[in-house]
Amino acid sequence: MHQDRSADMASEIAPPDTAEDTQSVGIVQTRFARLFEPPSVLTLESGGGLGPITVAYETYGELTKEKDNAIFICHALTGDAHVAGKHAADSRKSGWWDGLVGPGKALDTTRYFVICANVLGGCQGTTGPSCLNPETGQPYGLKFPFITVGDIVEVHAALVRHLGIEKLLAIIGGSLGGMQVLDWVARYPDMIHAAICLASSGRLSAQGIAFNAVGRRAITTDPQFQNGDYYGSDPSKYGDVGPRVGLALARMVAHITYLSEASIERKFGRDLQHSDHLAYDLQRETEFKIESYLHYQGKRFIERFDANSYIVLTRAMDYFDLAQRYGSLREALGRTDARFLITSYHTDWLFPSSQSRELVSAMLETHRHVTYLELESVFGHDSFLLEIKQLEELVTPLLRETYRRSREV
Amino acid sequence: MRPYSILDPNASLTDRLIIDQIGRNSRVIDLGCGDGRLLCRLRDELRCSVQGVELDHREVIEAIAKGMPVIQTDLDHGLKEIPERSFDFAVLSQTLQQVRHPQELLGEMLRIAKRAVILVPNYGHWRIRLQIMLHGRAPRTSSLPYDWYNTPNLHFLSMIDFRELCERMQFKIVHEIPIIRGRAAQAAWAANLRADNALYVLEHI
Repeated sequence: MHQDRSADMASEIAPPDTAEDTQSVGIVQTRFARLFEPPSVLTLESGGGLGPITVAYETYGELTKEKDNAIFICHALTGDAHVAGKHAADSRKSGWWDGLVGPGKALDTTRYFVICANVLGGCQGTTGPSCLNPETGQPYGLKFPFITVGDIVEVHAALVRHLGIEKLLAIIGGSLGGMQVLDWVARYPDMIHAAICLASSGRLSAQGIAFNAVGRRAITTDPQFQNGDYYGSDPSKYGDVGPRVGLALARMVAHITYLSEASIERKFGRDLQHSDHLAYDLQRETEFKIESYLHYQGKRFIERFDANSYIVLTRAMDYFDLAQRYGSLREALGRTDARFLITSYHTDWLFPSSQSRELVSAMLETHRHVTYLELESVFGHDSFLLEIKQLEELVTPLLRETYRRSREV
Repeated sequence: MRPYSILDPNASLTDRLIIDQIGRNSRVIDLGCGDGRLLCRLRDELRCSVQGVELDHREVIEAIAKGMPVIQTDLDHGLKEIPERSFDFAVLSQTLQQVRHPQELLGEMLRIAKRAVILVPNYGHWRIRLQIMLHGRAPRTSSLPYDWYNTPNLHFLSMIDFRELCERMQFKIVHEIPIIRGRAAQAAWAANLRADNALYVLEHI
């Protein structure tokens, strides 16, 4: 499996703002659970069933005897289960939220049992389009069923139960991860003490769908796409085959939406990559630094991500509409006793603050416990991955107080 | 003699005065809740369902640590995300004189809550009148030793002024409690001259 870490989730436009305590969870391993064995297959929202399903997950810290200290992390579109620590002593990079998860950090692994699992439809160990379809012996490709955020959550809820946990101390996620947090709460209102939803929304905006559409189009029009049947003899090596140009292009476009005008300006400005002078050469592809940066991001992405997964997961994101699914935001969010922390970032134009405020309104209307902050950051949508200290300041007291109170009851 | 003083919004006395206006099991929002101390008492003593609003980042974090839900926002930017009538009480303690648009904020309070509980300083107090008359200078008080150019208090109002605004906005004054030297003095004579602060409970007519 291609392991390329943290900054792939974020823009790398800023060095991760790690807390001063650089303690790590150390060497960790991805584990696998086989769930939904036939005949108890997962009933999908799109109709039909899917099973068995393999779920790749990692855990950090110890589960208490009472099983009351579990925190589930929902990763974003291209994330994976490897949140913290390293897979080997000589791994170049740590997990994608290593600054947040570890001994003494916000998700303190000396107190809490932290779980993260790859999403259904993904390509980092959990069942997805690059896996073999047991019925045909061939990779699913685009014959993989249409899945929704709700289906992703159902699989993760099954994993949590499989680990013997009935109630989560907290659930946390940003972007598509935040959508999962919201769906968890709507689906299992009594299963969560605290819900933390970062840079997210109750529905993907038309603008978000538009960018996803461009990305998918880039993939499907690549001649190498072959209707999704591009895998070689080893489908887990999707990085070597398939619509590499299209997928890289999709990533480049998406990547721009994760940044802000100010962050690009600050990091690259109009700086040139190779020279101090404009070349006046139409053949030159990467004259400006920002061009070179986007090309690099695209190239790295295709080494670790499967194009079919990109299609499946962006579609799941497009379809996410909490109000439509549950009748209204009030009905979706009004039945939980979970304490909510919602944050948005003032430079995030992909998931603007107005969308978080809609969630807050629905929760106030239904008298839920909600804390909301619009945070200052230059990094746009990626802020939730980069502004670790800022997040830690909020999450640490929230978790402590929630844990203290949950033990009193 | 005690100098004129604006009641400290952080004092437990101030909390007591406000808590006395709020019924058990009510739903309460505190605008400018600071570290959530008042909300904590309302939750624990009166079993209220509470919500805070605060701008200062440090205070918001303190409130989170107390387990209080807080929305970080600037009262000057309105309360748009708070739905109509989603609270029984909206509390505003020693803040009305500091916001840019007091009239709009009062309107918002009675949009989001059935009743508004408001504590304001009374600049009609005789000491302030005397200060202006004798020294010919903007009033300075011991608890808020600001000069005119750096005070957070943007508006100077007396009890008479406040009543007049309520009338104009068609708000019913359910209670008016003059506070004289830190004590509630209901039905005090010459309140506008003697009270250093006043507590109001308002609702729509």
